[in-house]
This record gives sequence, structure tokens and C-alpha cells, in this order.
Amino acid sequence: MKKNNRLFENIIHGIFLILGLITVGCVLLITVYLILSGIPAVKEIGLIDFIFGKEWASTAAVPKYGILPFILTSVYGTAGAIFIGVPIGFFTAVYLSKFANKKVRAVIEAAINLLAGIPSVVYGLVGMLVLVPAICEIFNVPDGASLLAAIIVLAIMILPNIIKVSVTALDAVPKEYEDASLALGATPTETFFKVSVPAAKSGIAAAVVLGVGRAIGEAMAVMMVAGNVANMPSLFGSVRFLTTAVASEMAYSSPGSLQRNALFSIALVLFLFIMLINATLNFFLKRDKEQ
Amino acid sequence: MKKIVSFLTAAILLVCALTGCGGSKKAIATDGSTSMNKVISALGEAFQSDTGITVTYNATGSGAGIQAVQEGRCDIGLSSRSLKEDEKASGLEETILAYDGIAIIVNPINPVANLDVETIAKIYTGEITNWKEVGGSDAEIVLIGREAGSGTRDGFESITGTKDKCKYRQELTATGDVITGVASNPNAIGYASFASIKDTVKALTVDGVAPSEETVKDGTYVVQRPFVLVTKKGTALSESAQKFFDYITSEAASEIISNTGVVPAN
Repeated sequence: MKKNNRLFENIIHGIFLILGLITVGCVLLITVYLILSGIPAVKEIGLIDFIFGKEWASTAAVPKYGILPFILTSVYGTAGAIFIGVPIGFFTAVYLSKFANKKVRAVIEAAINLLAGIPSVVYGLVGMLVLVPAICEIFNVPDGASLLAAIIVLAIMILPNIIKVSVTALDAVPKEYEDASLALGATPTETFFKVSVPAAKSGIAAAVVLGVGRAIGEAMAVMMVAGNVANMPSLFGSVRFLTTAVASEMAYSSPGSLQRNALFSIALVLFLFIMLINATLNFFLKRDKEQ
Repeated sequence: MKKIVSFLTAAILLVCALTGCGGSKKAIATDGSTSMNKVISALGEAFQSDTGITVTYNATGSGAGIQAVQEGRCDIGLSSRSLKEDEKASGLEETILAYDGIAIIVNPINPVANLDVETIAKIYTGEITNWKEVGGSDAEIVLIGREAGSGTRDGFESITGTKDKCKYRQELTATGDVITGVASNPNAIGYASFASIKDTVKALTVDGVAPSEETVKDGTYVVQRPFVLVTKKGTALSESAQKFFDYITSEAASEIISNTGVVPAN
């Protein structure tokens, strides 16, 4: 009987191990596939011409494959979204964790969860119908589909990530720290910003990095509001992101063509960005644990 | 005993299901142009109610549809442009199903109502940048188009002779997006399949001819392109696919085709 039990345990362990390996396998498969299909085009175009080329015209008679506009757009777009989203998200998190009473917190958290669950195509649609004409009107530009519109949409999209992770980090600060600060005569506001926030800084940094990851990887919503023309980025100009460059041309490129391969190379560049972000995230989380 | 019976039943059911799949009632797979969605869906529905054979449609774009035929992943490929020479050389055959007018659309409040092809080309290549140059209000023209590789863009650019020269302000990835974009910007101009035009935008007349079924068919409306069925030369279609092919190219289907807003070729 006991032996049977042991066998049963082993089988269950085996099954869970296989399930766990599925994830690892998927990541490996995608990585290997991306690298294999991304390298040929880079070789053919030349790394420097590919990364620093300022013109993209994949279907022209003389095709040009320079992705600097996409890289810069993705970097600027993400930076802009962080610039707007982080202050709002951070202060919301501090408010929710430290100031808000239970009822208010429940309502706001429900709203944030809902915001996190809205599909990106809905963000895009609302952006297209409301935000783009509004930018057109407010800034008196001929067309509102621009980097600015994408930044605003992305800033709203990353809010839930930033707020949720920051709140968790702030909630985890031991109450004794705050009590000690209050006992020494500091006001609650001083306590929260000078004691709680520094204590939770690793978690908050992780929240920001997560936001960066979400923003740089978003395709659908920005495709609908950014205009998608491969220009060098300008705030009111039509721009194309790394993600949208892949998404908008993939369906029409014929397999095996240089265009398709170049799209894979763009995806590889994007993948490297995401890896970098993940490494940063791991760094912050690890530091958190060591402390 | 009970176990054996249930096992047998399961086995018989499984065999039935498998043969059901492999029989003559196999679904017909079509793949390609997103612009042909309406017409192919309507034809597929009519064909299914007549024969009970289902027709699947995979909206991937003309290029992908042509590729799918080449690789044998679908029965009939759908393309909203004529086959290129190298595609024909690789053993593909085209049959024109219908003609689609590409409407040039502007916002309804735009006073401009007519342009000629040359002016449209000048607008899209950035030679004309203000609406007042063509009789409109003093405002910058916002060019909205489709992404590289789109059948509609290919059709529009090859008809107007503006290939690779268009200075788009927005490149959107769906017909509906273009219509929404033009509807929400008073200074925008765009192009979209004539069949999918809605009241939210105004279709311009080209050389004084409004896009309509008659004008597309008799060729007086010049911004038009073919809807093409792509098959492999020398390779026989499956029995059901051949039936579908004959049906949609027959005169009986032309009413269904014209109901979707495009002009049947037969």
C-alpha cells in the first residue's frame, strides 16, 4: 500500500514537472524561432543599416529597411507614457495604501481592476473616436493621430499595473516603521513619504518597470491612434511603433521574402527590449528579497 | 461486458465522425482578401443552404490568400488585385469574380464633391496640400490610407499611378478604420471599398462620375479593381470546391454578388 502511494506521488510529481516544462518549452521555442528567423534579414540588410536606417519602405520598388524610426518611436512613446502614468499611478497607490478609508479604497480598486480588464482594442477605439479628434481640436493640428495620442492611451493602459504593484509594495511595509515615525512626532504625510515610500522603493521600481514592459509591448491600441506612418517621431506627427510595424505588415508579406524576414528582425529587436526590461525587473525584485 | 459495449459504441462513433469529415461534405476553405469578406460570406451562405456544404473564409489579405493556394492550405484563394506576373508563372490561375469600385471618401461637411484622377494623385503625392486649391475651405488635407500590402491600397495606388509616392498622414489596417478616421476629421480624405461605404462619409465623384454599380460595370467610374478567385493551374479542385467555384461564377450567383455592393463579372 505504501509503495503504491509512493508510486502515485511520483506520477503526480512527473505530471506537474511536465506542465511546468511546457512554459519553459514555449519560451525556448519562441526565442529560438525568433532568433533563427530574425537573423537572416539583419545579415542581408546589414546591422548598422537596419538599426540606424532612417527610412522604411518595405513594398517600394527599391525597398528600404531602416527601423530607427520605429525604435525611437517605441522609446519615446514608452518614456512619455511613463512620464504621465508614473506620477498619477504612484500618488494613487500612496493614497490607496495609506490615506484612503476602506470604502473608498474598495471602490477605487474595483475601478482599477476594471481598467486592467478592458481589452486594448477598446482603448484604441475610444482613442480613435474621442482622443484623436480632441487633440486635433485642442492643439489646432490638421490631424490628431499622433505620438501624443499614443502616449496618452499608453499612460492610461499602464496605470493599473503601476498602481496594483505599488499598492502591494506599500501595504507590505511593516507597521512598526510607520508607528515609530509617528511616535517621533512626524505627521502622517511625512511618515508616508519619508518612511513608507523609501521602504517600498524596490516594489515601486518594479511597478514602473512592469509599466514600461506593458507600454512597449502594446500593439492594438497604438495602431489605432498613432497613424502608423514610418516617420521619425515627433509629438504631433504620425508614427509607427515596433509592435505596429510588425502587426500591420505581417498579414501581407509573403513568406520567405526579405520583407517578412525583416519583420521578424523587428520582432527580435522588440524581444531584446523586453528581455532587457525583464532583467531589470528581476534585478529590482532580487534586491528587494535580499534586503 | 458493459465496458466492452461502451468501448465499442465509442469506437463506432469515432469512426463515423472521422468518415463524416473525410466524405464529400467536406468544408470548402477560402482564404484571402479582407475586402472580399462581404461577397464571399453571402455566396457561402447561399451555397450552404442549397447544398449543405459549408464554406469557410479566412480573412488574411490578398497576398496571404495567394500564398495559401500555392501551399495548398485552402481550396480557393481570394485576391482583390490581379495576379502579378511572377505569381502566374508559379502556376496560379485567376478568374475574375466581380469588380469593386474604390470610393474616394471625405467628411460629409467637406464642400468638395468632385475630383479628377489626376488631382487625386496630386493630393496623395503631396503636390496639393490644402483644400482651397481644389475648391474647398482653407485647411490642410489629411491623407488617410491603408497599410503597405493592402489590396485596397494596391488597387488605389496602381489606378491613380501613385505607387510608393503617397504621403500618408495615417496608414490604417482596416476599411472600417479608414471610414471612422475620415468621419471624425473634417479635413480628411481616404479611400475604401465602395461596398463598405457608410453614411458617415461622403463619396466623391471622380471625373464627374459617382461610384455606383452601373458606372463601375460600364467602366466610366475609373477607380475600380477586380475581385479574383485564385486556383492552381493543372490541379483539380475537390468535388465540392469545384461545385462552389461553378456556382459563384454562374449567372445565378450574380444577384447575390450585386447585393453586396460590387459588380459581378458574369
